[in-house]
Amino acid sequence: MLVIIDYGVGNVQSVTNAFRYIGSDITVSCDPEVIRNARGLILPGVGASGYAMQKVAPIAEVIKEQAAVGKPLLGICVGYQLLFEESYEMGTHQCLGLVKGKVVPIPTDMDLTIPHMGWNYVQFAEGMRLFKDLGDGRHFAFANSFYAQVTDPDAKAAYTEYGIQVTGAVEKGNIFGTQFHPEKSAADGLQVLKNFVKICSQEDDGC
Amino acid sequence: MLTKRIIPCLDVKDNRVVKGVNFLNLRDAGDPVELGKKYSDEGADELVFLDITATIRSNKTIVELVEKVAQNVFIPFTVGGGITKADEIGVLLRSGADKCSINTAAVNNPDLLKESAERFGAQCVVLAIDARRTKGKVGKWHVTVKAGSEPTDIDAIEWAIKAEKLGAGEILLTSMDADGTQAGYDIELTRAVSEAVNIPVIASGGAGTLESLSEVLDQGKADAVLAASIFHYGTYTIKETKEFLKRNGVPVRPV
Repeated sequence: MLVIIDYGVGNVQSVTNAFRYIGSDITVSCDPEVIRNARGLILPGVGASGYAMQKVAPIAEVIKEQAAVGKPLLGICVGYQLLFEESYEMGTHQCLGLVKGKVVPIPTDMDLTIPHMGWNYVQFAEGMRLFKDLGDGRHFAFANSFYAQVTDPDAKAAYTEYGIQVTGAVEKGNIFGTQFHPEKSAADGLQVLKNFVKICSQEDDGC
Repeated sequence: MLTKRIIPCLDVKDNRVVKGVNFLNLRDAGDPVELGKKYSDEGADELVFLDITATIRSNKTIVELVEKVAQNVFIPFTVGGGITKADEIGVLLRSGADKCSINTAAVNNPDLLKESAERFGAQCVVLAIDARRTKGKVGKWHVTVKAGSEPTDIDAIEWAIKAEKLGAGEILLTSMDADGTQAGYDIELTRAVSEAVNIPVIASGGAGTLESLSEVLDQGKADAVLAASIFHYGTYTIKETKEFLKRNGVPVRPV
């Protein structure tokens, strides 16, 4: 069973709908025991990362503990931004620190609309398990004003162009994250979720 | 490169999708759950659901309908029609909406935009503006409220600028003069608003020929186009629309 961590920030229903649609056994919870018993975790989230981190704080240690024992974790949008060390959205906020990097604003002086809203082409890095069977890159749905600068030598990152290179996704061992919304990215997005479900069952078999 | 978005709009009344001309003479256009799924599967980039009776805040049936539509829609999904409080946005987001559009209530209480953006993030706050050309003044549009039935003395461009400052993450701009006529978008209005703000602008009202879509994205500088009649009545499919736009140099997500 996979668990969508519901910490009161985000489009939990959209994420739940997508996992149910692909036939995955999914539960929505913020109970540490349920989280510990899951095969894989999904950390969704929309809005501001500082507020999200504040809301996730009571279960942050459980998430870190489970990530450390190798349980697959997928962060989406703000949930993805929380995977990094620090965010500069409305102040400076310490995040989960599972991937080295920081979350910074997309520059506003490029004559581009902010938020970065809509479908953009994401170029994958080689060997990213999250994008298996999707070729070199695909379009995904974004809605972000901030992005992660990944500095982790052990992480693979996928990028999209928006005046600058904006990180679209990251992958480091059992830690996965997408700045875009796979649950809102039509068939290709659903394929990303299917890949995550598959990763979760493989990791489980290996234990 | 960020692509231009093609957005079908479901105007919903009594659990059915309807479409009129200049917001009047409504005719049936289908079932919202079926149409939502069809557009999501066919390659639309987003879906908008507007309760044109503006009863979302008090109508449990409409919220249940939003839930049903959302279960089969895997593209960003905006819901609006009669939202008056940030709490109502919370309910709709929990029902499967990704963004909410606010119109009349924001005119009556601009701080609603600020409160909503603070609670849910600017990315889910869409300000809907129903603008009408002001008679006797060139290049001037005023905001109308209550589904276009009541004019105000608020200038549409100034309102868009103010809304961005308050926290709106996007503007859904409908030309009341063009809506449902299929005679083309109001390019001048769309361009004026797009140039005045830094948030994305969705052009709405008047979609007819595919050239009209291409024009408002290019000359009108819109980030997205919303259309209803041309898709509901099968004049064009999403695929035909995107292929046409691509041939005309507009970046679109391939179907």
